[in-house]
Amino acid sequence: MSLDKEKIKHVAKLARISVDDAKVESLTKDLNSIFKFIEQLNELNTDKVEPLTSILNQSLRSRKDEISDGKIREKILKNSPKENEEFFVVPKVVE
Amino acid sequence: MSKEKFDYFIKGEKGKYEVVIGLEVHAQVLSKSKLFSGSSTKFGADPNNQVSLIDSAFPGMLPVINGECVNQAVRTGLGLNAKINNYSVFDRKNYFYADLPQGYQISQYKNPIVGEGKVLLDMPYGSKEIGIERLHLEQDAGKSIHDMDPSNTYVDLNRSGIALMEIVSKPDLRSPDEVNAYIKKLRSIMRYLGTCDGNMQEGSLRADVNVSVRKEGDKNFGTRCEIKNVNSIKFMQMAIEYEATRQVELIENGKKIDQETRLFDTKKNETRSMRSKEDAHDYRYFPDPDLLPLKIEQKLIDDLKKSLPELPDKKKERFIKEYGLNAYEANVLVSEKEISDYYEEVAKLSDKKLAATWMMGDLFAMLNDRGLDISKSPISAKHFAELVQAIKSGEISGRIAKEVFEIMVESGDNPKKIIESKGMKQQSDPKELEKMINEILSKNKDKVDQYKAGKEKLFGFFVGQVMKLSDGKANPQLTNEILKKLLKG
Repeated sequence: MSLDKEKIKHVAKLARISVDDAKVESLTKDLNSIFKFIEQLNELNTDKVEPLTSILNQSLRSRKDEISDGKIREKILKNSPKENEEFFVVPKVVE
Repeated sequence: MSKEKFDYFIKGEKGKYEVVIGLEVHAQVLSKSKLFSGSSTKFGADPNNQVSLIDSAFPGMLPVINGECVNQAVRTGLGLNAKINNYSVFDRKNYFYADLPQGYQISQYKNPIVGEGKVLLDMPYGSKEIGIERLHLEQDAGKSIHDMDPSNTYVDLNRSGIALMEIVSKPDLRSPDEVNAYIKKLRSIMRYLGTCDGNMQEGSLRADVNVSVRKEGDKNFGTRCEIKNVNSIKFMQMAIEYEATRQVELIENGKKIDQETRLFDTKKNETRSMRSKEDAHDYRYFPDPDLLPLKIEQKLIDDLKKSLPELPDKKKERFIKEYGLNAYEANVLVSEKEISDYYEEVAKLSDKKLAATWMMGDLFAMLNDRGLDISKSPISAKHFAELVQAIKSGEISGRIAKEVFEIMVESGDNPKKIIESKGMKQQSDPKELEKMINEILSKNKDKVDQYKAGKEKLFGFFVGQVMKLSDGKANPQLTNEILKKLLKG
């Protein structure tokens, strides 16, 4: 797999990272060499191996259905970009 | 009921087109707290008051799953006759939006909690099976409010993190009517199970609608468009109709249909492209490293299965067998659990068939007029059963029963009391009736002669006179019998 400049720009956009055009060139080179390194794994035959999503052989622990949190609006809203007592306020996003 | 033929096609200039529809229904799980946090799920709270540090995605917070939400998903899966997966995995679905503070939604991608199942629909042209592809658990997002400020969007995270079940159907639906029946059936099953309240006004049940069209008889599917987040059955039906017609026009004009996400504009009654979602399909799913795989013991599934209530399909069969109802009556009476409970209480105390007729007639009309659910009925099941019995035993006529019914609605009194205090009892004593009828016949000798000479239409006149004289209380059947007997003599 190799990445071209367009792909790099697209991934950067999806990740909300701003990338200068000047940097795209070197990023493309770096990422491609990283991918090349990872692709060595393809030499192994993994046809009969289930994908591993966790190295712990345990199941998810669950909690009881009880209300134990919330009512901390002041704390939560401290990080809102704009001041408001009830809501997070962000630049208009509308379809 | 005679069977109609299925007939929903979009007619183009070059032929008839079949509409193929698949639904992704988002049903809010009934639980006290959220899927991965202990915040309340209660509807209508002050904005951002039911938000924890987890729901607002503060750094370092770890999600812990709500066991009851898992049980609810399993119950729903069992209710959809579906395979429950003992092993499922939570993934991150990445996209950027103001009301999604994590920047990803925790969902299930490759390994959902529930696999294939099916739902049966009763259509006028027969019963139809709709396949369920899967059901998975996921988090809801927050709510964006765009109309409070001209240049800003307000975000309320109360809904953020509430558990949703996404129920994906196979592309088995073929018309807006089938979509209506499907949503109602899903809603009914989940309300019986107590896993989702199905309240569409409050957004507890919404759907993404996938629509494509193909020439009648074609085996291959056409290119589909997805209409996002439609929150009422009526809007779903309108959106499907508009979208299918739009696609047929494109095809007939030799144009290509782009596979895309569209939005239904309820004011203009049209769908339009959501260009901002162009990148959104690149969700970059990967297993959530904060969450281990979910393993469900077979014993839990078996126990939940044993504790399930009787579901609508089974109940319908039983109503037909046990109460002698026809399929249509049984269908209506099992559509809501509360309706079926009310009916069974009435049927226990009165004539089963007559109870069904009066419930589906006068009672439903009254509830409908007043915008009431059956749980808020001004007439209790016990009183309603007494009314049905009074009709059945001949104590009052059907016409008088309607009057008694009206008074019951207004006063809440029991029918016995109303019938007695207002002297509404039906005149069913043959001797009394005969006396009254003889009186009428002797007063109308000319008409009796005309009747005997062959003018049989006058029979109605005599019945009318009896009703008039008895204030409508004469037993109609007896009146007919006696009149016939006396007019012959």
